[in-house]
Amino acid sequence: MNWRALCFALIATLPSAATSTEILPSGTTFLSQGLQAQAADAGANPGMLWVADGERLWNTAESAASSSCASCHGDAEVSMRGVATRYPLVIPGSNQLLNLEGRINTCRVQRQNALAYAHESDELLSLSAFVARQSLHMPLKVTVNDANAEFFAAGEAAFHQRRGQLNLSCANCHVERVGLRLRGDVITHALPNAFPIYRLEWQGLGSLHRRLRACALGVRAEMFDYGSEAYLNLELYLTVRANGVAVETPGIRK
Amino acid sequence: MAACFSCDAHASEAGLLAYDIVGDAVPAALGGLLGDPERGREIVLDRRSGNCLICHALPAIDQHFQGELGPALAGVGERLSTGQIRLRLIDQSRINATTIMPPYYRVDALSHVAPEYIGQTALQAQQIEDVVAYLSTLSSSP
Repeated sequence: MNWRALCFALIATLPSAATSTEILPSGTTFLSQGLQAQAADAGANPGMLWVADGERLWNTAESAASSSCASCHGDAEVSMRGVATRYPLVIPGSNQLLNLEGRINTCRVQRQNALAYAHESDELLSLSAFVARQSLHMPLKVTVNDANAEFFAAGEAAFHQRRGQLNLSCANCHVERVGLRLRGDVITHALPNAFPIYRLEWQGLGSLHRRLRACALGVRAEMFDYGSEAYLNLELYLTVRANGVAVETPGIRK
Repeated sequence: MAACFSCDAHASEAGLLAYDIVGDAVPAALGGLLGDPERGREIVLDRRSGNCLICHALPAIDQHFQGELGPALAGVGERLSTGQIRLRLIDQSRINATTIMPPYYRVDALSHVAPEYIGQTALQAQQIEDVVAYLSTLSSSP
């Protein structure tokens, strides 16, 4: 039995990750040594270009009438440290699930007198990458609670539902066949700890929701909108599965 | 025919050609169509069509990055009859409920299908027969 088959056999016998305390290995560990080294080197990681731009946006008011992030939150290294590890979350009293991008846009509209950034815009990717970067190496800390249980359940159901013309669920690959090759790519546990990611196929930075849409395209399934309830629920489920996994934003993937 | 399931009703409802399952095989060609192994080979390799190598390895083909989710296709023409190959392409879930092999000639009991694919099979009947014809030629010695 080779290592991959052994890995597969072990994984197949484990209980559902959502209910176990096991910390799953990051998708980064499935990359070549070269790409792993590049991702870990801030001077060589192309995603850091967006992080640098995010820092500029953090400190800049968009107009004379609007305020910068820094004008309320000050030094992001201090105020944003660990923040990304708690998203997505339900704002108390709102019954609305927000991811980091949603939080940033809510802030812009409600506090900064600015318009929401478009999904997948360089601005939103840059700022969310910059904020997430302040939690580098910190473990994700999202668990199921009274406020998010309903969203989690919906995300969990979606993860296990077969979909698309090719009739595959997320779990079919990302639980049952981790470590096996889909063409040149090794199937990972589908953890959200390195987003936004720089994907070689994209030649750019992209969000988790963009990645989810790419998976949907692959199985010829309906793609949901960026920031949609369906993807937020799935993001919550994926993040709970990844509880304890260290933040690696911006990750690199093929 | 023995062990014939009631696929005809499903098939005609969706505008598909009817077929009979006998044991773990569909012995008769869909619509009596004749498969062309050359075209079948193209479908197997085409990433926008069959895209079989995303999951299956085919050592005789000079392509990097072949998948390993399904069994290697070398020798499949010796291991399986044409009818067995045909059913595995049409809808493998008829013989294995937990299979991840996509149903290439089925349109019902699917969920959240992308709008452009609703009501369409992943492969057309002629393409199924072409792929069956090609796979049937694969022996274990390339």
